[in-house]
Amino acid sequence: MTAGTASAGRSLRVAATERRAAFGAFLLTAPGLVFLGLLFAMPLIQLFALSVEGGTTEWYAKVFADGLYTTIFIRTFEIALFVTVTALLIGYPVAFFLATTTPTWRAIGFALVMLPFWTSVLVRTYAWMIILGRNGIVNRFLIDYGFIERPMTLLNTRFAVVLGMVHVMLPFMILPLYSAIVRVDPDLARAARGMGASRFQIFRRIYLPLTLHGIVAGVTLVFVVSLGFYITPALLGGGKVTMIAMVIEQQVREFLAWNFAGALSVVLLAITLVVFWLLNHWVARRVPPATGQGR
Amino acid sequence: MDKGADLTVAGIHKRYGQVRALSDVSLTVSAGEFLTILGPSGSGKTTLLKVVAGFETPDEGDVRVGGRDVTDLDPAQRNMGMVFQNYALFPHLTVERNVAFPLEMRGTPKAEIRTRVAEALAMVELTGFEQRLPRQLSGGQQQRVALARAIVFRPTLLLLDEPFGALDRKLREAMQLEVRRLQQRLGLTTLFITHDQEEALVMSDRIAVMDSGRLEQVGRPRDIYDAPASPLVADFVGESNILSGTMEAGGSVRLADGTAIRVTGEGPAAAPGAKVRILLRPERLGDAGDQPGAENQIAGTVVEAIYLGLSDKYRVRTAGGVELLARIGASRTARQYRAGEPITVGFHAADARIIEVR
Amino acid sequence: MAARRRARRNPGRILLRTVAGAVFVFLMLPLVVVFPISFSAGSYLRFPPPGFSLQWYERYWNDPIWIDATIRSLQVGAATTVLALLIGIPLAFGLTRARFPARTAIEQSMSAPMIVPHIVLSIAIYGLFSHLGLIGEWYGIAIAHTVLALPFVVIVLVAGLRNFDVNLELAARGMGASRLTAIRRVTLPMVAPSVYSAAFLAFITSFDELVVAMFLSGANMTLPKKMFDNILTEIEPTVAAVSALKIMFIGLLLLLSLRFRKGSDTPMTH
Repeated sequence: MTAGTASAGRSLRVAATERRAAFGAFLLTAPGLVFLGLLFAMPLIQLFALSVEGGTTEWYAKVFADGLYTTIFIRTFEIALFVTVTALLIGYPVAFFLATTTPTWRAIGFALVMLPFWTSVLVRTYAWMIILGRNGIVNRFLIDYGFIERPMTLLNTRFAVVLGMVHVMLPFMILPLYSAIVRVDPDLARAARGMGASRFQIFRRIYLPLTLHGIVAGVTLVFVVSLGFYITPALLGGGKVTMIAMVIEQQVREFLAWNFAGALSVVLLAITLVVFWLLNHWVARRVPPATGQGR
Repeated sequence: MDKGADLTVAGIHKRYGQVRALSDVSLTVSAGEFLTILGPSGSGKTTLLKVVAGFETPDEGDVRVGGRDVTDLDPAQRNMGMVFQNYALFPHLTVERNVAFPLEMRGTPKAEIRTRVAEALAMVELTGFEQRLPRQLSGGQQQRVALARAIVFRPTLLLLDEPFGALDRKLREAMQLEVRRLQQRLGLTTLFITHDQEEALVMSDRIAVMDSGRLEQVGRPRDIYDAPASPLVADFVGESNILSGTMEAGGSVRLADGTAIRVTGEGPAAAPGAKVRILLRPERLGDAGDQPGAENQIAGTVVEAIYLGLSDKYRVRTAGGVELLARIGASRTARQYRAGEPITVGFHAADARIIEVR
Repeated sequence: MAARRRARRNPGRILLRTVAGAVFVFLMLPLVVVFPISFSAGSYLRFPPPGFSLQWYERYWNDPIWIDATIRSLQVGAATTVLALLIGIPLAFGLTRARFPARTAIEQSMSAPMIVPHIVLSIAIYGLFSHLGLIGEWYGIAIAHTVLALPFVVIVLVAGLRNFDVNLELAARGMGASRLTAIRRVTLPMVAPSVYSAAFLAFITSFDELVVAMFLSGANMTLPKKMFDNILTEIEPTVAAVSALKIMFIGLLLLLSLRFRKGSDTPMTH
């Protein structure tokens, strides 16, 4: 009896201590939550309020009624998709190389991936203008060696925009792919090879399914960020390749069309969230989290 | 099923930068034989296995299977079954798909795959586990899957790379016997890698002891144990007393402390005056009173007494300062000594053998 | 019999190296290109440059608008870093040290500012700050940049704190250290590399940020805003000189942070 009461008293005391600790931890997060509430959540809610100001849906109607804006949304979607697929196709071999090479080459390779990553997007985009311009490096080279006679139009094309965006997004693709590939036990590849699998079969049957979560993580990140790109299309598209972020900027800064910009923003945000949710949901169903190598 | 083929490795050299991983390794494994490569970690045994499997290319030398040179073949073309140290089961495939993998790679018809997978799983007693994922299995079961996967395509050679390392002692002993039975039933030529000498003695037809990239000795387990070719092998396989001394006329050896012992066990001949090292297995040392007819008797003091259940192990220091290990079997009559007590150990001259002459 | 062997050639490996090498060239090309242009003796963007000169560096140095923009960006970057750490460090501690309801929900919602397109967030904050009269104020930009930097800071710090063995802190307390002393003497030094990484990320996030600054800076331009305008309106390569300086500056910061992070394996990102 006595012992039971004592232990009950102790567990009460433990529970109280735990509650205090939990409350203390919660207090530590409070400033951050307040900050994000005021400067992240509230402005977004206000923007949404502007888009339906006066209880009307006319701004949304305008987004969809006018073929102009749906075209731009579709183009934005296409470019983001193209950037994502390109980044995946050229990023996977790089990540694979980094994950399977010697430590020295890995360090060098990582430096070559991270240095551009840390360099400002503006600087890199400007450099692409130098490279792709009418008097740029590529045209100069091709003319000097007699491949072409007059400079090609490379800049202000969708190609230039995609190239610039792939350059910006590639490290975001390579890093999650790398961490997925490096977790695959190299003995699995050896075992498969010993059982008669070709290199392609090893990739398709072993690496691809085991790194699917990394692929989805990279694809999600690149696609979602690509949807909202502004700097690269603005500079490398030269007004000829309009993405939705440029329209939103123009509506606010030039026309002060807050309600319409709000509606465009809400639609863009909705598309982004749906894509994000779909990819995550899909991967959660397809790839059980514990499939990784002893994590 | 087909009988396994014989394996020959000849004059294999392999170096990584400055490190010599394998130096002139030559070895033949007969068809159906179970040969164990035994050695400490870093001895080159795993490199040798990788050379045989084709994951490493030797700098020099050949690998031949059934008389055919496979040195330049890709692992995929060698038709060898391998069980990896950590099993290397594909975590995203079910047991069934894991075992079917090598057959699928060979383009075996679906119906045949199904029957052969079932057959292989029955052989390792895993019928009913087809749809499980590897992580839903115990260590022993994972091991069986790896084994089934390595034999399902009727390889010419079975390679086992320390496959029992992760299992607890009881399970390990059961698996050792099971693997051995399966190997004998299928007549599979098997190359087995381990650093565990007991395991090597239990399982092998022959053992090859490796150290520092060289083969030290190849022989039947009993020969390796009873007649080790060098102090190194003696020390690595089983417990041993290795005593240094000088050969005297008439088959005696005078130890450093002045004691003379008679040595008649088989071994290299030594001329009087030669420096020799002799091997004395601890279990051949006994309480002098229980060793009638033992030519050698040495008095000393028990320094440490360890109770091991089946036997008692004593560390004995002789009057002259030589330390000896003695393992005295537990019997109803055996006397127990405590540390500090005097003891006289005795052994037969035939149980002492010269293993090195300098 | 024992002939010398040559390692089997591996076509897959060769292909992999070729592709990786080509991608590395692609990644580094824009960084390399900027330097020769910045030393051009020509008066407009041309390749190859017609001669060597430091004129674009001089023009940058002697133009008060460029220098003001640079100082403002450094100021905003520093303020963002301090603010993000002041909010982020307690947040990360709170998220890793105790369980409380909604903890996972809070942690997951931390990455929300990364998902929301910058343009959307920019005009949203622009709307708010116009009401508050914060347009053109450098600290307004710093506050907005902190919203963008906070997710990176929290993710890096949470990862660092999760790696840290709490038993070490407990051991210190067992040896008589007070809770605060244990954190100060044991925990903080051990998670210091994560803090440096987080600080570096926060600074870069702000220092390179254009879209938010475009709306909030008004007439008082930050460096990226000035560069953007210059690229759009000028053909002379002062921007190349500024870009070259920025690459060198970031390279220097990167080296410094690597020195600070020595002996830790905290990744620079994520």
